[in-house]
Amino acid sequence: MSASASQFKRDAVRLTADLRHRSLIQTALGNYEVKRDEKKALFQDYDGARQLAAEIKWEAINRLDRHLDQFVRGLEARGTKVHWATTARQACDIIVGIARSKSARSIVKSKAMTAEEIHLNRALEQAGFEVVESDLGEFIVQLRDEPPYHIVFPAMHLTRGEIQRTFKDKLHDAPSDNPEALTLVARRVLRQKYIHADIGLTGANFAVAETGMISVTENEGNARLTAALPKTMITLLGIEKIVPRLDDLALLLPMLATVGAGQLISGYNTLYGGPRQPGETDGPEEFHVVLLDNNRTALLANAEQRDALHCIRCGSCLNVCPIYRHVGGHTYATTYPGPIGGVITPNLRGLQDWKHLSYSSSLCGACTEACPVKIDLAHHLLQNRRNASRRKPSWWQKIAFKLFAPVANGRIPWMLVTKGGRFGQRFHGLIRGTPIDPAYCWTRTRDVPRIAKQSFKEWWRETRK
Amino acid sequence: MRAGEARLQTDSNEAIQTTDRRPMTITLYIPCFIDLIYPQVGIAMVRILEKLGHRVECPESPACCGQPAFNTGYWDESRATAVKVLQQLKDAEVVVIASGSCGAMIKVFYPDLFAGTPQEGLARQVSAKCFEFSQFLVDKLGVTDLGARFPHKVTYHDGCHSLREMHIHAAPRQLMARVHGLELVEMKQTVCCGFGGTFSAKFPMISTAMGEVKCELALETGAEYIVSSDSSCLMHIQGLIDRRRQPLKTIHLAEILAPA
Repeated sequence: MSASASQFKRDAVRLTADLRHRSLIQTALGNYEVKRDEKKALFQDYDGARQLAAEIKWEAINRLDRHLDQFVRGLEARGTKVHWATTARQACDIIVGIARSKSARSIVKSKAMTAEEIHLNRALEQAGFEVVESDLGEFIVQLRDEPPYHIVFPAMHLTRGEIQRTFKDKLHDAPSDNPEALTLVARRVLRQKYIHADIGLTGANFAVAETGMISVTENEGNARLTAALPKTMITLLGIEKIVPRLDDLALLLPMLATVGAGQLISGYNTLYGGPRQPGETDGPEEFHVVLLDNNRTALLANAEQRDALHCIRCGSCLNVCPIYRHVGGHTYATTYPGPIGGVITPNLRGLQDWKHLSYSSSLCGACTEACPVKIDLAHHLLQNRRNASRRKPSWWQKIAFKLFAPVANGRIPWMLVTKGGRFGQRFHGLIRGTPIDPAYCWTRTRDVPRIAKQSFKEWWRETRK
Repeated sequence: MRAGEARLQTDSNEAIQTTDRRPMTITLYIPCFIDLIYPQVGIAMVRILEKLGHRVECPESPACCGQPAFNTGYWDESRATAVKVLQQLKDAEVVVIASGSCGAMIKVFYPDLFAGTPQEGLARQVSAKCFEFSQFLVDKLGVTDLGARFPHKVTYHDGCHSLREMHIHAAPRQLMARVHGLELVEMKQTVCCGFGGTFSAKFPMISTAMGEVKCELALETGAEYIVSSDSSCLMHIQGLIDRRRQPLKTIHLAEILAPA
């Protein structure tokens, strides 16, 4: 078992037993479901909208080369500097390089999962820059030195009491646990940071090929300040963020808000097309766009799972996933948790080291049902499992499954299982639920069903002769 | 009981004309755990189908659908098991599968499992004539009223494979609606029971936690019974109920519908 798999199991055991965590997450995501369903009902034809969203992303990804080219040409025409990064390391180096060239000291950042993916904050801090997260949730987890718990709600695992304590410890300012009061504290701290920051760094929700524009969705206005106040703006995004046309946002923005947060539309939706143009009164003097591959092209080459690149990072598959709800976001120990993480992480970071994320699913399919762009998530988990065991089978499972066929399918072996099971069960009570019980992984928490006195096939033979 | 009862709403959206009223020979596929642990479920199905005037056949020799190996990623080994199921079912007129989960395996996953192998065509052919039990009664036979009586308050658990792979939602509810005395109270969330086959052994604590939430949801409805079309989910739920001594019982839909 890989180190990350052992850690996953350890943390999963701890958190599933944590009833406070369970009730916090179940309640939060239960409330989310109600709001999401209210907003879904406002679509005239939600299924049709979902199909169209899937088609838009299919078109974007299946002609990604052309769309990226068009996107970059549009950006460059307005004076944006575009950088291509094949690896996470390269992306960090590019951004550190820009910061050095600007003799920057402080960088203010809005929410960007791609930055988490490449561990950008660590790289910038190691290079001596101060990095401040401006999204409230990200700001809170940064103060606690934690990664985001959820790709949309980074601090959803914290109660307001915990946030108050964090503010008290780190900012020495926490008048009460009232959310508005806490937000005002964060705002006071952050406003100063915006003014002094040399560079503003954002992610992107969509990249419009037709017009060469970055689309950023947020609810706090922090991304707007991040983009507008510092002299230099950097946007980091994965190459899969492309949509072909500006019109596509008319569907994708409300779709993202609906399934991502149960909102009709997010508070602020902004398009960025380049640095400040002649005659414009505000905006950054310099605009850099860093396009990240980091193994996305390998996924693009995989026809079976290519649709995983359709992902718009709405988080709805996490929200409905019963496993995510129990083990929580940190247990996955990678940037993208939940079902989409179980699909893409083994592809992006190494199949054998991360295959446990594809196995830690009951394959219930709630993710596939929830995905607004129709990624076949549950089936991709199965394909990852197949690829992992094909390339590196576990010898004992291979033997077990090889033996399984003749036993389950053979008249005599199956009769022996039936009769032997009945006999063995008489003595099972002596060890049931103890660590020497061969069925301990089941019997520790669950009773075992009894083998019937007469099996179906025995009944059939007896009554049908 | 009237055969060919008109349907209110169906899962398959097929027109009512597809309803088959002529007597047929139905091959009943009994999964290994039904054979071993829940024979009464299979027996109930035989009785119902025979009462409706059909002939029931059941291959005597055991054959597992191969789902444990398939879900674990061992597709070659899964095929070695599943190929016997194809052989058993290839000449059947129509197949009823006594489990939504094994049903999904045969109907939905066999075409993937056998893709690019000499059995691909056969797998597709078998897939096309397979039905889960409640789906078969409602969508194929057009029967919803079996004259059954079950004077209890129940809640229904949708097995995930039935619901999201086989797209069965209305059929079991239409059948329950015609059971005299039965009161159905839905749980406030549709969520997995946590069984997931080998998942329950690989990640027992996650599986258990999911099952606990399921039991809480069922208890909230005030139902005496959790009804389902998937005995494997019920095995998991019952295991938790028994360990925790909760006031709930599990029962397969076919047991409720079977003639006394």
